[in-house]
Amino acid sequence: MAGMSELTASQRFQAFANPARFMALSDRLLPFCTGATALLLAAGLYLSLFASPPDYQQGETVRIMYIHVPSAWLAMFGYMVMAGASAVALVFRHPLADIGAKSAAPIGAAFTFLALVTGSLWGRPMWGTWWVWDARLTSMLILLFLYLGYMALWATIEEPVRAGRAAAVLALVGSINVPIIHYSVVWWNTLHQPASVFRIDGPAIATSMLMPLLIMALGFTLFFMTLLLVRMRAEILRRRVRVLRLARTEG
Amino acid sequence: MDSFLAMGGYAGFVWPAYGLALVVMIGVAVQSVADYRAQQRLVRELDAGKTARPRAPARSLGDA
Repeated sequence: MAGMSELTASQRFQAFANPARFMALSDRLLPFCTGATALLLAAGLYLSLFASPPDYQQGETVRIMYIHVPSAWLAMFGYMVMAGASAVALVFRHPLADIGAKSAAPIGAAFTFLALVTGSLWGRPMWGTWWVWDARLTSMLILLFLYLGYMALWATIEEPVRAGRAAAVLALVGSINVPIIHYSVVWWNTLHQPASVFRIDGPAIATSMLMPLLIMALGFTLFFMTLLLVRMRAEILRRRVRVLRLARTEG
Repeated sequence: MDSFLAMGGYAGFVWPAYGLALVVMIGVAVQSVADYRAQQRLVRELDAGKTARPRAPARSLGDA
């Protein structure tokens, strides 16, 4: 029996060795991430509301772009983080990958929601409609449902290892939606304009608007990463609480 | 100032977009930090309970 408890002790140590290192590292990173996020978002807000021109066709509504486009990018970036971490979790069984995937989901879902609603608020004055069931908008709505389904799966399965495995499979299957979103404006007729930044021939957007957009996008990305660190730390602590409680009821 | 707030007649679209982004992003941030603090408190409580009344020394929780 002594040998057995030694084995589980070393297994537990291995499982927690990397999370422990992550806790130490993220603790040191967080103040810098938070500061950089605040600075970039403040600069981005100033640029997008005050220091950028109205569009010659869209007037002042173009300012919605500075939150709509970064939200949509982060919605897809978040899903790629989640699906990538899920793949690592399934193949290598690394506990941090599982925790990272789970922690990315609510932040990505929030940005997907923002992209949808700000797009609607932009579409009404520019297209004359809040919503159309075209490929870009519909695939973005499906992305929101994938996030929500992923989160629901985690919430319904009590045991973290089993929940993680089921959720990872869902995240990977759903990742087919990401290229569909990206190419939807190319493959199908849509009201939505095609990509104007990530193009083979370079951005087709004036520098006076590209700068605020990129600063804002960087701010949103750092916001995402900062919250990802916070949520991963919370998740590691949650698992520690679970282990401590289980051990207590056993003892 | 008034013309800035009017957003060229599109105030009803621009400001709700910015307002909602603010609310949602602050909401996620606050929820994340609150959850982190709650888990921190739980770990502290469980650790304190463990040292207060040590039992079943053979299966102590030191490795958990």
